[in-house]
Amino acid sequence: MSSHGITDRVAVIGMGCTPFAEHWDASLDDLIIDAAHAAYRSAGMAQDDIDAFWFGTSQSAASGLGMAGPLKIQGKPVTRVENYCATGSEALRQACYAVASGAYDTAMALGAEKVKDGGYQGLNAFPIPTDGTQRTLTAAAMFSLMLPAYADRYGVDRDELRYVAARIASKNHHNGARNPLAQFRREMSAERICEMPAVAGMLSVFDCAGVADGAAAAIVCRAEDAHHWCADPLYVKGLSVVTGTGAGSLDPDYDYTTMPECAQAAADAYAQAGVTEPRSQLALAEVHDCFTPTELVLMEDLGFSERGTAWSDVLEGVFDLDGELPVNTDGGLKSFGHPVGASGLRMLYEVWLQLRGEAPDDRCIPETDRTLGLTHNLGGYPGEIVSFVGVFGTKKER
Amino acid sequence: MRGVISVAGYVPYRRLDRSEIAAFFGLGGGTGTRAVASYDEDTTTMGQAAADLALRSTAVEPAALWFATSAPAYLEKTNAAAIHAALRFDPAVSALDFGGAVRSGIGALHAALAGSGRTLVVAADARDGLPAGADEASAGDGAAALLVSDNSEGPVLAEYLGGASRTLEVTERWRIPGGARSRTWEERFGAHVLGPAAAEAWQAALDASGMDDAASIDRLAVTGLNSRAVATALKAIGAKADSLVDPLINAVGNTATAHPALLLCSALEHAVPGETIAVVALADGVEAIVLRATEAIADHRPAAPIASQIAQGGSLSYGRFLAWRNMVTVEPPNRPAPARPSSSAASRRSDWKYGFTGSRDRSSEMVHLPPARVSQKGGAADDMDPAPMAHISGAVASFTVDRLAYSPSPPTVFAVVDFDGGGRVPLELTDVDADEVHVGMRVVPTFRRLYTADDIHNYFWKARPLRDGVSGGEPPGDSL
Repeated sequence: MSSHGITDRVAVIGMGCTPFAEHWDASLDDLIIDAAHAAYRSAGMAQDDIDAFWFGTSQSAASGLGMAGPLKIQGKPVTRVENYCATGSEALRQACYAVASGAYDTAMALGAEKVKDGGYQGLNAFPIPTDGTQRTLTAAAMFSLMLPAYADRYGVDRDELRYVAARIASKNHHNGARNPLAQFRREMSAERICEMPAVAGMLSVFDCAGVADGAAAAIVCRAEDAHHWCADPLYVKGLSVVTGTGAGSLDPDYDYTTMPECAQAAADAYAQAGVTEPRSQLALAEVHDCFTPTELVLMEDLGFSERGTAWSDVLEGVFDLDGELPVNTDGGLKSFGHPVGASGLRMLYEVWLQLRGEAPDDRCIPETDRTLGLTHNLGGYPGEIVSFVGVFGTKKER
Repeated sequence: MRGVISVAGYVPYRRLDRSEIAAFFGLGGGTGTRAVASYDEDTTTMGQAAADLALRSTAVEPAALWFATSAPAYLEKTNAAAIHAALRFDPAVSALDFGGAVRSGIGALHAALAGSGRTLVVAADARDGLPAGADEASAGDGAAALLVSDNSEGPVLAEYLGGASRTLEVTERWRIPGGARSRTWEERFGAHVLGPAAAEAWQAALDASGMDDAASIDRLAVTGLNSRAVATALKAIGAKADSLVDPLINAVGNTATAHPALLLCSALEHAVPGETIAVVALADGVEAIVLRATEAIADHRPAAPIASQIAQGGSLSYGRFLAWRNMVTVEPPNRPAPARPSSSAASRRSDWKYGFTGSRDRSSEMVHLPPARVSQKGGAADDMDPAPMAHISGAVASFTVDRLAYSPSPPTVFAVVDFDGGGRVPLELTDVDADEVHVGMRVVPTFRRLYTADDIHNYFWKARPLRDGVSGGEPPGDSL
């Protein structure tokens, strides 16, 4: 893939994030305004200082009007983007490329989702007219296919792997309990999660992301202008999106133990960012733990663990808050919640806080000389994924 | 010579033990079991299943499809057209419904035998009755299909010798459209009018077929929904006790519109060359037909003998039976019900949705399910051949049980199926208990009704376990 990247040409200079919660008393407009205004304050900017806006929402609004209206953005381009659960990261990618191209000096990416007005638990896709032959399985069930597949391929006892998955959820609950913005702030032991009744395959509801309303926003500008606005910006080191063809549901060679699109996006982003040893070079990673098996497999797809070893790395605490490579230090989708369009930018918000020393004391990553953080955001299902990987750092090297 | 070229019955997988009815209500029920259409089956899908089995043992292609049922999935819209599509018939094959009356099953068969051309007669029924009532317990669900033709098209298994009809305008059993139950007049009245009519039709049928008397008949099936009338008819006919065909009431139940054809199918599965077979059906009068098994019957190998299908049944609790028949409303998963399928999208994709036909890339040989224009391997565009999958077996590559998804009968059991010879598609499993599914389990496609939205039945294919004796076997080439 000829992917040139925009390493060190764009900087993140301000961010905002609302609490992720069942916001029965807040509208989509409220969430957009709260996240955007928090980002303006963070960057010390006024709305008029932003030249262009990208609005990521999966199902809560249909166009840029959904953002321009509540914020009263006058005479500016506001574009809605959607790419399943990677929507927030796509909004960021468009904003970064727009600035890198020279078309604009500053841009905002904002992701927002109001999922709790639907009247049903869980996420429900907007129905597109079809021939009626598409499967109607839940996302939980699709991702549940990965655990038995992984157990069989690597010879891991299924009960032990069930415990590994529960330990991932437990770790993310531990981290989320230390996050005042998170939806679920209660610690849960892996043992207790294992006792929960299964809802899809081996997965219980505690293996699934929280379903929440929320919004998050980032303001970017040209890297050379960053210090005009921000003393300690984050520089964009690598951005990649790889969209699959749905091959996994088509090709008998696919075995549900990997998400190739994620591995490809990681390789691309690492090449742009100069990352060769992600496990030892990254200070933290925010990954798309929509379900516990997703995070397990991502540890291998993103190159943090050798193939077939993520399960033992999880048990050894490699990805714990105080581990060798902390993962989902803000609680992840599991505990922070998953307002679809906002999640990608929420991940960046945690990297923004941690790398710049603004994370609360009780969930700070250990003291490190590592300056890079990763966000990984995906949409779709095993075998048919759109995957985003972003690498961000505190040091501008070019 | 004209007669039956091929024949098959279809008995759905689930069985209700009739004793469960009395255990629940304190009355009703009985002994034995009744066959129960799955929640995802209707007369159209059961008819398709029987027709598919019948066509597997012949290379003769029908020129017409006649479908009879008293429980049509649609009115106004032709149900035979869905069967036609799922059998991948050429558009030039006419598909017609013989609708509404129980008599239409034997009527369509009699008309085909007495007529001309290559006609596939399909009869199916799904029988309801109010809980603890006689109809609920004694009835059964099922289908049968017979390809009727002249022997110039292929070997006739059973030659049509003759038949007779007696028609009565009599309000003896009736149901208005949409009614959940049938009503009957006093049973003795039905016996009073149908018994003599049966005797008359019987004699006329013997005359028409050149038979001397009942003793000339080796296998006799007398069927009808009024059991007292059937007993009266049997007495009047004077049949040999050892000639009576098992009425399948104990294991299957009375499948009404399908039953005469189902019993004929069962008789032919046991017949030897030269045997004479008669079917007498009592409904608003009488239809009687007489056939003789030919030498070809010796070579007839049913794809799924009725006896095997009966032996392979799986039990169904009475509670779930009541829920499936909409006699009790069970709390559904708190998820949005699926949207209706798009008629235009379904029409464009009829080959896939009804015919379960994918595409095979000519250069890479990769099978694409659903069919694709651009190949996953190599990217060749518009260079694919049709890949019909309905008769291809496969194995479960992975599976899951989804307790959250919307389903008319939760939980949903879903499997990624890898087909022999290539092709993968995630499919819902049916006729299966969640705890019997395993990786590597052998499965076959089956045409089902996924759900109904806005009164549109969403038909598509699922997979069901390949069970001994009811596999359907391999197809005779790709003639279907």
